[in-house]
Amino acid sequence: MTKWLEENTPKLVLAPSFVAVLIFVYGFIAWTAWVSLTRSRLLPKYEIDGFIQYDRLFSSPRWDTAFSNLFVFGFLFIVIAMVLGLILAILLDQNIRTEGAIRTIYLYPMALSMIVTGTAWKWILNPGLGLEATVRGWGFENFTFDWLVNPDMAIYTVVIAAIWQSSGFVMALFLAGLRSVDTEIIRAAQVDGIPTWRVYTAIIIPAMAPIFLSAFIVLSHLAIKSFDLVIALTGGGPGYATDLPATYMYAMAFSRGDIGQAASSAMIMMLVVFAIIVPYLYSELRSKDG
Amino acid sequence: MADMSYTPTQTGSSAGKIALRWGLYIMLGLFALFYLMPLFVMVTTSFKSLEEIRTGDLISLPREFTFDAWQTAWSGACTGIQCEGVRPYFWNSVLIAIPAVLLSTLIGALNGYVVAQWRFKGANLFFALMLFGCFIPFQVVLLPMARMLGLMGLAGTIPGLIFVHVIYGLGFTTLFFRNYYVSIPAELTKAAKVDGAGFFRIFWSIFLPLSLPIIVVTIIWQFTQIWNDFLFGVSFSQAGTQPVTVALNNIVNSTTGIKAYNVDMAAAIIAALPTLFVYVVAGKYFVRGLTAGSVKG
Amino acid sequence: MKMNVMGAVSGLALLVSTAAVAEPTAEVLHYWTSGGEAKSVAVLQEEFAANGGTWTDMPVAGGGGDAAGTALRARVLSGNAPTAAQIKGPAIQEWYEEGVLADISAVAEANNWAEVLPASIAGHMKCEGTWCAAPVNVHRVDWIWANAEVLAANGIDMPTTWDEFNAAAAKLQDAGIIPLAHGGQAWQDATVFEAVALGILGAEGYHKAFVDLDTDTLTSDSMKAVFDQMRTMRGYVDSNFSGRDWNLATAMVMNGEAAFQIMGDWAKGEFMAAGQVPGEDFLCISTPGEGFLYNVDSFAMFDVGGDDKKEGQALLAELVVGKNFQEVFNLNKGSIPARTDVALDAFDSCAHLSAADMAASNEGGSLLPSYAHGMALRGAQSGAITDVVTAHFNSDMSSDEAVEMLANAIANSL
Repeated sequence: MTKWLEENTPKLVLAPSFVAVLIFVYGFIAWTAWVSLTRSRLLPKYEIDGFIQYDRLFSSPRWDTAFSNLFVFGFLFIVIAMVLGLILAILLDQNIRTEGAIRTIYLYPMALSMIVTGTAWKWILNPGLGLEATVRGWGFENFTFDWLVNPDMAIYTVVIAAIWQSSGFVMALFLAGLRSVDTEIIRAAQVDGIPTWRVYTAIIIPAMAPIFLSAFIVLSHLAIKSFDLVIALTGGGPGYATDLPATYMYAMAFSRGDIGQAASSAMIMMLVVFAIIVPYLYSELRSKDG
Repeated sequence: MADMSYTPTQTGSSAGKIALRWGLYIMLGLFALFYLMPLFVMVTTSFKSLEEIRTGDLISLPREFTFDAWQTAWSGACTGIQCEGVRPYFWNSVLIAIPAVLLSTLIGALNGYVVAQWRFKGANLFFALMLFGCFIPFQVVLLPMARMLGLMGLAGTIPGLIFVHVIYGLGFTTLFFRNYYVSIPAELTKAAKVDGAGFFRIFWSIFLPLSLPIIVVTIIWQFTQIWNDFLFGVSFSQAGTQPVTVALNNIVNSTTGIKAYNVDMAAAIIAALPTLFVYVVAGKYFVRGLTAGSVKG
Repeated sequence: MKMNVMGAVSGLALLVSTAAVAEPTAEVLHYWTSGGEAKSVAVLQEEFAANGGTWTDMPVAGGGGDAAGTALRARVLSGNAPTAAQIKGPAIQEWYEEGVLADISAVAEANNWAEVLPASIAGHMKCEGTWCAAPVNVHRVDWIWANAEVLAANGIDMPTTWDEFNAAAAKLQDAGIIPLAHGGQAWQDATVFEAVALGILGAEGYHKAFVDLDTDTLTSDSMKAVFDQMRTMRGYVDSNFSGRDWNLATAMVMNGEAAFQIMGDWAKGEFMAAGQVPGEDFLCISTPGEGFLYNVDSFAMFDVGGDDKKEGQALLAELVVGKNFQEVFNLNKGSIPARTDVALDAFDSCAHLSAADMAASNEGGSLLPSYAHGMALRGAQSGAITDVVTAHFNSDMSSDEAVEMLANAIANSL
């Protein structure tokens, strides 16, 4: 008995988490899949009614906007946040005297929720109140920054605020990466007279490949879950120009009483997640197990 | 912008070096301004009087400082018919966040330890399932979770909220610890086993003492997530258990009546103080912990 | 899984038989969190306490009740429904169909609600013949608010047709004044839209379009004319309107930056709070066309266990429709009482106009539910319409396209 216990302790330790994940993640995904096949309205119902909700979803222009926004937003957000994070990390890695303070300044937005910063961002981006008005006040009468109120550009203000919030975190990841690259190799390269930028592009950045992956995972997780951001900044507007799948789903489920529709949109979101995460998991776990 | 990433120490004359150095600091300073801008607007607004906000420029220093808004936000602002400010809700958040952070960190540490060091068939599958769970949009789980909480008798309670946060925090905490522990040589565990140490003994006396950096990272991450949560807070609470983000929402998002922007901003900053504090104080360890941990993952 | 946790036991028998045994308690989920509203709810709470009850407040602000709706759904599903919640329009019947609402007919009949409420408003409070909700107020949605001084300075009278409105707006624009103060949020676009629609389609057309969802009306030339007028109005709005809260738009009218605002009578509360006097500083008139669009707030009671809670529900329902609360609350809120037998002496001239129009349109059959405020249609349908309205208003979509999209969206939402 004790021997059995000893051998199986690791499994027993994992068991509660395993059960919890099975129920609260996969059980709930299954539940959502089920509900997405029903005509649930205000509260979930369980009579299956085929793929009607998916038909409705794909013929909804608003979903089209939300879904394509996810890619525009996700792509720009992830790429810019990574590039900016990398640049900031490299800049900050040059023996900066005030590194601690600057790093904290870059990192703090991650600590705040958008419920907190939403109003401030709304003001700053509002042409009549914020940046545009201020710069015009300085005498640059033609300065224009009205993306927030322009249906074609509003999604980019969401990108800006998202980058503001997360790029510091990416910087911290890269900074950690830079600090862990073997300094011997770098010094050897410098002794050989290889220009610094070459050292970065040929040695340091390739060595940080795992960080890019971690950053990508964290950022895509944030991109897919982006919700507070849109609600606080644009409320999905102008019109529904800045709707994202998460806000679409929320609106359907909770302000429209159309839970079946919400569930179908959730399933599509989940498919996107699946498409991103499975290749990552595959490469990550295969390489480790050998 | 790409050329800013050159290390300026190797090339050019000393005059060029100094110029580059200056350029570097100016760059860093400009970025700092970008990051500080919203906080600046919030802080200055919270010290202005309503009259000044109405008449003045948003992006300017207050003409005269007043702490009234802070006072009101903490203990006098109305959220519904109660005018007790964010104070009571603040303590609810503390009661939710601290146990939830500690529990999810502890369980994540044990999970990560097993997955990284006690490999058995299916351990990787477990990890993959766990990780995928990080990505589930929380809007999806609200309704079935409400039902589960009801069945468990935890609906509307603080333990219920703690439970929810622990469950949906496990993915990330397990990921952090697994990536950290995977870099610790397996020989260490083997040697300890030969010496007769058991599962918990090895965890307690070998792994835990090595784990400070990653514990800090995990706690910062979890604390931020849980403290800032609104969706779970608004869905799974009832009168008396609402967290501070819900109270803040009630103050900030009231759409009728005169908007007391200074109180809104002060309340927002108060709600954000604990996470800000954690980042400022522990930010150093954060980078250090990341260096030690996820890099190798 | 049926809603058996909630137990579909009728509360009626218990309600009557256990009266005077338990001390009434109520946990009330609502989204009245701003100054004037909260003050009004406080009045109710005091009355509740004065009658021996214990009131637990559960406010959730934001999104015109969206966040409160989220909380409500989660709580009902978890079997922990609040005693009472602020729900309105067809959503009351939707909740009833889920089998989670309590029957308050005993209170309603004892207090003679059928006599004191206008028929169409009483209709919203009934589910399959029983009373299931208690009305608090009647907001009128189809109002134009104006800055009296600006109009006088430009020699403009309050418009009584949309053509007059357009002429006035053009004149104001030339004078450098923003003709229409507007906030570009979907529900505000919808508010203007339904006022325009009422004027152009007429009461009957409005009913066909937004209550019956009649396809012919929705795609008619008159409906195109409604979208045309929306396009015209888009030109009268300043360029910063996107995302603006409605009260900031009201402030623009107050300080003379803008001349008109089309908004429900909660806007009046803003003018009053700033010390302005109706008829002197600001003017109110119904939007062009016959009819009255109402937005009625109400409380629905949930089927909960415990005599104390059932007592609380009965007391709450009684007080909410009681004369005193109806007067005090609506004085604060800008609306008028739902019951028709409350003396309006303390109310202002706009409220008098509202009450007179309500009575007249109740007679004439043009007392109509506001679609934009969730009184006419269920969420999925009204949301589908609003999506089209806001997409049209915020782009260069043609009226023909909009009408087609509208028909598709409705079909897709059913």
